Amino acid sequence: MLTKKGKNKPALLIGAALVTVGLSTQAMARDYISIVGSSTVYPFATVVAERFGKVTDFKTPKIEATGSGGGLKLFCSGIGIDTPDITNSSRRIKSSEFEMCQSNGVTNIVEVLIGYDGIAIANSVEAEQFEMSTQDLFLALAAEVPNPDGSATLVENPYKLWSDINDALPSRRIEVMGPPPTSGTRDAFVELAMEGGCDTFDFIKEMKSSDSDTHKRVCHTMREDGAYVEAGENDNLIVQKLEANPDALGIFGFSFLEQNSDKVQSSVIDGFEADFDSIADGDYAISRPLYFYVKAQHAGTVPGIEEYLAEFTSEGAFGEDGYLADKGMIPLDEEERDEVSNAVSELQALEL
Amino acid sequence: MTNTDSDSSDMNNQDSSQALPGDSPKRDTTSLVKATLARRYAAEKRFKFYGIFAIAASLAFLVVLLTSIFIKGWPAFTHTYVKLNLELDADTLGLSDNPTAKELRAANYSGVIKKTMRDRFPDVKKRKAKKELYQLISSSGEYRLYDMVKENPAIIGTTIETWLPADDELAAILKSGDDLSDPDSIVTRMSDQQIGFAKTLKDAGETQTRFNKVFFTNGDSREPEQAGIKAALIGSALTLLVTFMLSFPIAVAAAIYLEEFAPQNKWTDIVEVNINNLAAVPSIVFGLLGLAVFINFFHLPRSAPVVGGIVLSLMTLPTIIIASRAALKAVPPSIREAARGLGASEQQVVWHHVLPLAMPGILTGTIIGLAQALGETAPLLMIGMVAFIVDIPAGFTDAATVLPVQVFLWADSPERAFVEKTSAAIIVLLGFLILMNAVAVMLRKRFERRW
Repeated sequence: MLTKKGKNKPALLIGAALVTVGLSTQAMARDYISIVGSSTVYPFATVVAERFGKVTDFKTPKIEATGSGGGLKLFCSGIGIDTPDITNSSRRIKSSEFEMCQSNGVTNIVEVLIGYDGIAIANSVEAEQFEMSTQDLFLALAAEVPNPDGSATLVENPYKLWSDINDALPSRRIEVMGPPPTSGTRDAFVELAMEGGCDTFDFIKEMKSSDSDTHKRVCHTMREDGAYVEAGENDNLIVQKLEANPDALGIFGFSFLEQNSDKVQSSVIDGFEADFDSIADGDYAISRPLYFYVKAQHAGTVPGIEEYLAEFTSEGAFGEDGYLADKGMIPLDEEERDEVSNAVSELQALEL
Repeated sequence: MTNTDSDSSDMNNQDSSQALPGDSPKRDTTSLVKATLARRYAAEKRFKFYGIFAIAASLAFLVVLLTSIFIKGWPAFTHTYVKLNLELDADTLGLSDNPTAKELRAANYSGVIKKTMRDRFPDVKKRKAKKELYQLISSSGEYRLYDMVKENPAIIGTTIETWLPADDELAAILKSGDDLSDPDSIVTRMSDQQIGFAKTLKDAGETQTRFNKVFFTNGDSREPEQAGIKAALIGSALTLLVTFMLSFPIAVAAAIYLEEFAPQNKWTDIVEVNINNLAAVPSIVFGLLGLAVFINFFHLPRSAPVVGGIVLSLMTLPTIIIASRAALKAVPPSIREAARGLGASEQQVVWHHVLPLAMPGILTGTIIGLAQALGETAPLLMIGMVAFIVDIPAGFTDAATVLPVQVFLWADSPERAFVEKTSAAIIVLLGFLILMNAVAVMLRKRFERRW
């Protein structure tokens, strides 16, 4: 009996200790910044966070990649140290999300526009470079396209070869690898490239006001007969597949194009290749803004928030030659940058 | 009797007439067996071959997988360093005569490194070429320099010879062993000029490839040459510790009660069925449960090993309970009867006799359950452990991540050098799994008793 009791005690004690540790911490303040949100902004935010942790006395912020929508949901769930301080987003906050924030007490949100991200259409450097318009892209990838005979009706996508769409394109099978619908890159591609190409047809464009549901269905639905291949969320995988298959095109983030410029080349879309200058100037059509949102009510409670903002919006970080540009983010122009850093230093609250 | 006899003979007649139409119904068994013997032997052989083929195929897959991981991951265990003669001039660093700690931190270390590189290649004049030159040294070089100065401020004003980590691209081409005099043959993002710099440095013996200690002493980083697995390793260890401490006592207690004390009735049946069902629940469900109960209701911190441990212990509990019950069942009743016969109470029977004898089996089950938990990512996604963690977690409530999550995050990074880091992290993870399974086998071999 005695030995049994002796053996049992440590386990009980440890268990009790664990419970106390767990319950007591919530009362303590968090000493690091908690960031959630978009996996597109993640590679940029992490660089800033790492540097911030190294050059200041603050702890390195913790960054979770939850996706833009998931991030905003967590962010707007309330005020307090068990909610995140910052959420990254590869799109602007929606008014519904903004209202959710307000009703949960998150009333003081600072919006920070940090730069742009391009979406590249690329193929292996061993194949010839593609030159096409967003219209060609739409015709190649949409489930329904305007009737090739020129009438204002829609038919199921009949195109098998690139040359069927445009004589200038090679007579090769249409084969494009891209992200699945769960990915933010896919959303942005559909909105920018597909819808852009879709609206070059007047009768479809008119639908936008008359019959917006059909307009959305036509412009946003990708074909499912094998010409568009959902190749997974991992952009590295798409690059590898392009390398192995020179006949295929792939859709992925600009930073992956940058890092693999010896293996893949960007296609020319509407006369412009995806590169730094064309995206920054807005010439390259398929690019989107990147944001993060800050809970200004946490500034002062969680240490380092203002300093993190200052680091992120410093010229050395998001400037023309900053380290974020080295990682593949397209910087804002000087005027925009000034505006953002001013707004940030005053913690100007967002109004929608 | 007669009835059945006539029945069966009828059946026989029918059978043979069906099987061999036109043949005489009076064939003896031996010739029947002989006729089919060759076919049966062949079937046997085929069956054996299928078995061998299945094993060979799975082994081949395993070999392909492991070799590709090892080939890819091996370079990550070494890193290239470049020798620099750094002139730690107070002016270039922007320091006063008596620098404060704050000044030391903010000093222009990258300026010193850039100046040294310029002095090493005095011919480089153009802005673009200079930028390319600076890219050869890892951006972590400046932090390393700061650490050196902080440790010994006396080196300010002197010239020191030191080895700084090379940039990941430079390291990649030096490690690949490509012929640097023929830049066109090398697949790299580096420019021909940069390859030229690399060749000069290599020929002068100013580059060196060493064991990559950083990989085991650093947390995550966005610079591949700075990224390490220590934070993930410690995170995994803390999480598993919580898992073990919760699931082991609870599971063993549950198993003992069900096996030794519980009455056989409807309720214990229901409990039993549910334990088996629980073992088959997809792990992401436990993640959702953890989010709803431990984080949203009990307000435990997000991304903390304590929550990860609790969630994973829910997942491992059924595994351990099932294994423990099997181990307890394997202890023969004679042991219990003998103990009772000597006057031991029920509790004494369990604690002094049954449990010690069942322990090897229980521990094996526990280790296998924990090895499963070590490789789990899905439930951790929901509770925020899929995160960028640089600082090494120091306790159960610090933000942390685990090894398989680190693999996942690196696999998704744009920088190419992360490919080798990913494989290297997989090697470390596999190493731990093999180690844990080896311990399980050892325990079984040493302590298991056959009855």
